[in-house]
Amino acid sequence: MSHAHEHVSNIKRIWFVFGLLSIITTVEVILGIIKPESLYMRNLLSMNLLNWIFIILTLVKAYYIIWAFMHMEGERASLRWAVVSSVIFLVLYLLFILLVEADYIYEIFKNSTIKWNF
Amino acid sequence: MEAITVNSNEKIWNGGNEPMGAGYGKLMMWFFIVSDALTFSGFLAAYGFSRFKFIETWPLPDEVFTHFPFMHGVTAPMYYVALMTFILIFSSVTMVLAVDAGHHMKQSKVAFYMFLTIIGGLIFVGSQAWEWKNFIKGEYGAIETKGGSLLQFVDNTGKRVALADFAVVLPEERVRLERSGATWFMEEGSLPSFSVAEVQAGFKARPDVLIRTEIIYQETPEEKKNAKLHPTLNSKKHKTVLTRAESEAMLANAHYVVEGANLKRNEYGSKLFADFFFFITGFHGFHVFSGVIINVIIFLNIIMGTYQKRGSYEMVEKVGLYWHFVDLVWVFVFTFFYLV
Repeated sequence: MSHAHEHVSNIKRIWFVFGLLSIITTVEVILGIIKPESLYMRNLLSMNLLNWIFIILTLVKAYYIIWAFMHMEGERASLRWAVVSSVIFLVLYLLFILLVEADYIYEIFKNSTIKWNF
Repeated sequence: MEAITVNSNEKIWNGGNEPMGAGYGKLMMWFFIVSDALTFSGFLAAYGFSRFKFIETWPLPDEVFTHFPFMHGVTAPMYYVALMTFILIFSSVTMVLAVDAGHHMKQSKVAFYMFLTIIGGLIFVGSQAWEWKNFIKGEYGAIETKGGSLLQFVDNTGKRVALADFAVVLPEERVRLERSGATWFMEEGSLPSFSVAEVQAGFKARPDVLIRTEIIYQETPEEKKNAKLHPTLNSKKHKTVLTRAESEAMLANAHYVVEGANLKRNEYGSKLFADFFFFITGFHGFHVFSGVIINVIIFLNIIMGTYQKRGSYEMVEKVGLYWHFVDLVWVFVFTFFYLV
């Protein structure tokens, strides 16, 4: 089944993405081992900067895996939107509900008379 | 197949259209991936839920995963899991090279890259098994109190001490409860190497050993004033170490010796931690395992020339999507289990 677009060899791009993913992973591991004080102890929106960096780097990696390896960049816009937007919306929604609820339960355990651990 | 022309309206419902420009199988693989991604998001979000709920006592991952093959007693946080990540990313690369070779109908090249992908997948599954073995076996051991919290042991420099390093052997014998000796359908797993009394006696004989609780020290003014906490050994965002007097009081509440990890309790901290570890990495490992099997089937089809005869390597593309998805999930598991 031949597609409307021509398949050009993109071996160069594959190795570029591999290099990029390797570099990002190496940076993550180095940061995870040394845990620089200036990042680890400083908070932004009640999460420390180091974790923000980890999460952003992870999303960058995810973007390159989906766009380059899974070849999303060559798909039609309708397929791209159908897949990506539904996942992003549902995951954000799920995270919002669960994490807010968990924080609430944490506050209850901490500040009320209920003691679970002694 | 060419995109349908706008004018041939009468043929729209005759089938054969590809409104999203992808074949039936590929589209279904994408939709499967969407649902599977939501499944994994559910697991990781549940992990986040439990972690936020017990944010003050959750285990610190870089204290848990510290093993590297052939390096005994060396603390190597994250090196091994980073290696596993590289293996999986590399097998993703060979897979995408196989897909690329398929577009050019180079049968032997597709087969070669597919073979490398399978090898990479097998190495990854094997690495995960080794990681599980270390996690289940444990290294230091811990004590569970009557209230269900976990106590670990450090010496007076703050270094972790294993139960085997200080527990004494008492002339006592506890028999494992088996089905045959129980009144009702009860039995228990293998007994820990030491009894609670043996740990308590050993602790009494070693004045340099201190107790480390699950609570993460935050350097608040109340904590700094708290006389129960060790004056010098505590630092911010590390587990709290108690003074010797408080350690003795705490150990009097000991109830159970925990070694390694199972679904009920684990020596690393929160009971849910091991459950999530087993479930999420296990579910991911199962995906890798099924991916390897599917890859083997496709590999056999490639060397038999099925796709060459068919004139298209789209099947390789479809399993490729699945394989990259498994890699993608690992990227997130790696971040949320090992880094954050």
